[in-house]
Parts: sequence; C-alpha cells; structure tokens
Amino acid sequence: MSSQEPIWIVRDYLKCSGCRKCEIACSLFHENRIWPEASRIRVFMLVPGAEFPHFCTQCDDYPCVESCPVDALSVSKETGAVLVEKEKCTACGLCIDACPGRIPHIHPTEKYAVICDLCGGEPQCAKVCSEGGWDVLRVVSKADEKNMERDRAYKIYARKPEEVTRDLVASLYGETGKELI
Amino acid sequence: MWGYAGKFLEVDLSAEKINELTFDESILRQYIGGRGLAAKILWDRLGDHWETIDPLGPENILLVLTGPLTGFFPGGRICVSGKSPQSNGVVGSTVAGEFPIELKCAGYDGLIITGKAAKPSYIFITDSQAEIRDASHIWGKDGKQTLTMLTKEGREKLRKTNPLYGEWKEPAALYIGPAGENKVRIAAVMAKWTHAAGYGGYGAVMGSKNLKALVAKGTGPLPEVENIEKVKALIDEASQRCYMNDSFRRWGTSASGYEVGAIASSEPIRNWQEEWHDQKSFGVDKFERRVWIKRYWGDFGCPTTCLKVAMVKTGPFKGAIDDNPDYELQAYLGTNLGIFTPEENVYLASVIDDLGLCGIQGGNVLGFAGELYQRGILTKEDLDGIELRWGDAKAFATLARKVAMKEGIGDLLAEGSYRAAVKIKEMKKKDIMQYVVHEKGMAIGAHGVRSGKDYTTDIAYACSVQAGDHTSTAYLPIHHGNSELAIILHDSGVYCFFNNFNLPRQLKWDFFKAVTGWEIGPEEWYETTARRILHLQRALLLLGGPDLKWNPKIHDDNPQRFYEPLPSGPYAGKKVERAKFDDLKKEYYEEAGWDENGIPKSEVLKQLGLEEVDRALEKKIR
Repeated sequence: MSSQEPIWIVRDYLKCSGCRKCEIACSLFHENRIWPEASRIRVFMLVPGAEFPHFCTQCDDYPCVESCPVDALSVSKETGAVLVEKEKCTACGLCIDACPGRIPHIHPTEKYAVICDLCGGEPQCAKVCSEGGWDVLRVVSKADEKNMERDRAYKIYARKPEEVTRDLVASLYGETGKELI
Repeated sequence: MWGYAGKFLEVDLSAEKINELTFDESILRQYIGGRGLAAKILWDRLGDHWETIDPLGPENILLVLTGPLTGFFPGGRICVSGKSPQSNGVVGSTVAGEFPIELKCAGYDGLIITGKAAKPSYIFITDSQAEIRDASHIWGKDGKQTLTMLTKEGREKLRKTNPLYGEWKEPAALYIGPAGENKVRIAAVMAKWTHAAGYGGYGAVMGSKNLKALVAKGTGPLPEVENIEKVKALIDEASQRCYMNDSFRRWGTSASGYEVGAIASSEPIRNWQEEWHDQKSFGVDKFERRVWIKRYWGDFGCPTTCLKVAMVKTGPFKGAIDDNPDYELQAYLGTNLGIFTPEENVYLASVIDDLGLCGIQGGNVLGFAGELYQRGILTKEDLDGIELRWGDAKAFATLARKVAMKEGIGDLLAEGSYRAAVKIKEMKKKDIMQYVVHEKGMAIGAHGVRSGKDYTTDIAYACSVQAGDHTSTAYLPIHHGNSELAIILHDSGVYCFFNNFNLPRQLKWDFFKAVTGWEIGPEEWYETTARRILHLQRALLLLGGPDLKWNPKIHDDNPQRFYEPLPSGPYAGKKVERAKFDDLKKEYYEEAGWDENGIPKSEVLKQLGLEEVDRALEKKIR
C-alpha cells in the first residue's frame, strides 16, 4: 500500500477473536511498549463473544477536527488520517464529544487525545490481523471503495461502543442476546 | 527488576485493610511467580501449622498471581492458589482472560487475600489503587448476570472518577457463581463466562471469604522488560509458529471429543466404565456445523485463538450459549454422562459454567452419581425424583443445580466425588469406593491411562503434586517436556502452554531472558528451581489435613477402576498392571528425590535450601 494515497480500513467485526493483537501491535509501534490503553485501537468486550476493535474511521467531514478549539487536530494529506499535535492538545475532550462513535480517548499519562494515525500509511493492526488469518481489518484505498459501500460501513463503524455491541449481540445470539446487554 | 510490576496487593478482608507489598528479587528469581510463588508464600505463612488450616476457613489465603511472562508470552493467564479444599495441598490453577493484563497494567503482579469479609464483597482495582466494595446485590447471580453487572458497574465507576477520559473499556473480572458462594468444593474461579480455574476448588475458597469477584482496570503499560526489541522478535516468532498449527487453531482440543475415544481409547464414558466409543455424532465437524457461531475466540495476545463461541440453535436447549466445550468438557459433560450430541453437550456446559462449577470435577461427580443410579445404589427417591439415566442432559443439569445450591443429594455431591463417596458409603452401607475415579480428593482429568495410547502414563496422576490435574502430570524421564517440572515453568511464568506447542525449547528460555534479564536455562530449571517448587508442593500435599491426609504408600495410586480391564474397543483387556505401576512409581520417587515412602529426602531438601521443610517433614511425617 503506497503511503501517498488516502487509505481506509474495512472491518468485519463478527470475525474478531478478541485476541487484542491489534492493541499490542499499535502500542508497540507508537509507544514501544505493550500498552493497551495507549493503543489507538481498542478492543471492547462489553459482552463476551461480541468483541470488536474501536478506532477512528476518518469521517468525510472530520467533526473532531472542526471541534478542536486549539487547532491541535489536522488531516493528513497523504493518508487521510487525523493527526494530533500533542504539544497543542489540552485534553479538553471536545473531540470525543464531537465524534459520532466517541472514539478518541485521552492518553493515560501524557494527556492528549489518542486518535488512529494509520501508522503513516501502513497500519500495524491490520498487518497483524491478516497475518494471523483473522482478517477483521483490511486496508483498502479510500478512492477505490465505492461510495455506497463506504457509506454503509461508515454507519456501522462510527457508533458508540454500546451501539456496536447491541447489534453484534443481536447478530450472534439472536433473541437470547437481549438479556446479555 | 524487569517483567514485574513490582508490587503485590495484600487484602485483609476481615480488617478491611489493603496494603502493598514487594518481594526481594532473590525470592522472585527462585519462585518466579504464579504457582511457584504461591507455594513459597503458603509455606512461609501457613507451613508450620498447615495440617490445622481449614481450606474453607478465614485462615486460608487466596492467591491470585501473574508471572513475569504474563502479557508478553502469547496468551496471558493468571494463577489462582491457596490451600486446596480438594487435595488439602497447593494447586496452581491457571485461568486465561483479560484480568491478568488489567492487573499488571494497574501496577500489580498479584493479590494475597486473607480473612473473611463481613458481607458479600468484591475488590475493585484501578491504577495503584484498590478498594473493597459491596457485592450484596450481585450475590446469588449466575456467571453471565454477574459479569454483566460488574461490567456495567465498573464502567460507571470509572466514568465518574475520570469523566474526561473518553469511553472506558470494560474492566476485567474474576468471579464466582452460586457454586462458589455456597462453598461447593468443586466450584471454580471464573472469567469471561466460560473460562475456569477449576482444579483446586478455589471458587469455594472465594465463597468462604464472602468474595464474589475481583475486578481490575489498569491504564498503564505492561512492565519494562530487559530487551523490548528482543521481546518483539520473540512474540513474532512464537506467533508465526502458532499460526502454522492449522488443525489446532481450527478445532482447538474439541476434535478430541471423538478422537480420544475412538482412537486413543482413553476417554471417560459413563463414569469410566468404558474409555472407547465410536460415536460419529460427537465428531468435531458436527460441532462446527451445528453450534459454532464464532470460529476463533481467544484472550490477550493469543495467536492460536483455539476457542470457539457456541450456541444451540435448535431443539429443547435452543438459545444455550457457551464456548464450544473443549476436550475436557466434551468428555466430562458429554461422554462421561452418556451424552453424544453437540447440542446437549453445549447446553450442559453452559449450565455448569453459569453455576460456576468446575466442568471436570462437576462432570466427574455427576458421572459418579449416574453410575450409582445405574446400579440401584442411589434411587429416584434419593435424588429427589430425578431419574438419572445416562444421556439425559436435562436430568444431569437438574442435579448440577442441586449440587451448586447444596440442595438434597446435592449437599453430599457438593463435596466432590471422593468425599461424597465416603459419605454415601456410610449412608448406604455398601462398598462403592471402586466407582469413584479420583486422585487425592480431586477428580482425574479426562485422559485415561489404561490403553497406554494417551500422553498420560500409569503414574501420571498417582505421583503428581497437583493430584488429578491432567495439565500437570508425573512423567518419566523427569526432564521431559511432558513432565510436571516443565509444566511448573508455564504455571509460574504464567502463560498458556497451548502456545508452547511447536516452539523450539530454547525459545522459552530466550523469552525469560528478554523479559526478566535472567538466564534460567534448562539445567538450573530442572535441577534446582522447579524441584524446589515441586518439593514444596509435595510437602504441603503430604502435610494435608484437617479432614483428609494422604499416605503415599496407600494414596500414591490409581483409582481402583484403572486396575479393571477396559471392556471394549481396540485395547479391550488393557489395564494398569500393579507390578509395572510399582516399578514406575519407585523410579519416579528416585528421579524426583523422594525416599522409598515418597517423602522428599532430607539431603535433597537441604541442598535446595529447604531446611525448614525438612525439619517439618522429619517432625510430622517421616
């Protein structure tokens, strides 16, 4: 994948094993530590079996960038990722409120918003996920994805953890699932 | 110190006090963590009056310990221990899940829990903090309800404490079901609905302390390691090798529900009356097609993800959810009860897991009751109206609930097969001990020894310091990878040994070096470190008490059933030969450094710096 064109990560939540290798790969890449809560991708397990990776999906209108009062957030021209300037960020949390999936969170020790930067064009999470054959995460060219399909996918990804969980539980467990949330 | 968070939490539930404590590097170097460190802590604190300690009394200590490799070696686990209410010794009972990772990220390597809470409680651990919280509203709830409530409550609490953080991921939990609350000796410590630290009976120990759960959320990194670049490379190498274990990844151990019966002929059937079956209805393809709803399921960092999520889709048990029963639960909650369909098996496993019973011990005691019913020793009246026919999943589930709630006959069976057998023998004035398949008060894992075609040998259980535990069996030569000495490494570094298959032996030592900086190596391990842990466990097992004590001359033995010939299958007629068993046992004692009575030798203990243990054995046993 060239780092010169905007990319996108498509997801197949129902295949997520909950192994969290994406969190390990992400935090090793960004922090050189195994640090799940500093990972830009976090696997939620509000209900066992219904694990899913929660991370930035690069909205077309970037509401987080719009919301930032100190211009700490910008969009990478190369990848389309949201970039956070650590020094400028005040950890005010407005980007979290602006995000339709409440995806960003505050770095546990350094107090800036943590948002997926697509690893500069080679997302480590997708790499480890496909190496292991789970194929939950797949990198595609943003331009190649048909608009309709991306719109549909976007509506699935850009939601709060509870909402994603509710639908996953319904898909997996059907009627029985209602008691589990 | 690398690989360790460096601090442990000591929680005194009686005094409602929480302290932090540390161990010298020299102690950790010698006992590593998990099972090894558990044996050391228990010896130091309780060793001089071990035989008087009631495992279900407030004087017992519950240990929940990670190891230095937890979180680094692929597939994180945690070790639960204490004085076992089953063997009266020390069992290092490991369970997978996210709890060990959250705990280490919160800054703690483990918990040492003493006393007894005045009311139902749980311990909530966050970054460098812990508190005892009320669990009255969760007491009585089954596994799934418990986890739902703890997840919700934990996230609310985190949100309140730090509202600007963003969305809080769920904290992780270890918890007990109703069986643990009711101090059922075969209760497990549970995680993620389906994961269990089953052997040892530590669910009952938690219950005896009024402790419903441990909940943790840490936001820190895993501890610093000696060489992070090397650790990354080793994680990658181990993962790549695990990715190549195709069939194991695809089926986990659940292909064995058919194969161990049909091929190895060592699967418990109808309480071990047989060990061979050829029931194609129990083939893994049937499970895969009919009940799997997720193909790969796993825990932190696991490349194998051998678990599968399962749900019954049709028939009377429609809607039952569990993981696909692994081999042990296919056997113990399947063939051992005359059950040979995926749907009934998944249903029964879900009932057992929700109750918080150990699937192995639970299936063993249910099978024992089944045989007594078959023989007319236990009647429908004894069983409060249950017709306990082989293959009737509903009947066995009803009985399992009685066991967890200690109702009627369940009160007897809640003691586990051996203790129940002693009481039923008394009650019925009939010799029934030949029907109980146990080792030193613990059910035996679902790998029989009679056919000689499984990994378990004639002395596998008889000479193990963890008694019936099929994951830690005695093996000759004692340096072999199947030996208990090798298993102590996994249980003390605390990681999943299913991710150790297909790895070069050197890789483990490299892992220890890269994480901790210690060059352990096979010679030190097999000659010194592992032996020290083995002898400590052996000493505490033999000190035993207060309700039962084991004499190696009598109790280092197989259950009577293993001396009966296999009645069916390709190895019909095979059994354990007494003379051969005695020779193997003698040889094992010699290799282990135990005298002819099975007691660790004085000079061996002294050489390992275990003089105190030697003095105690001299005074109390030799």
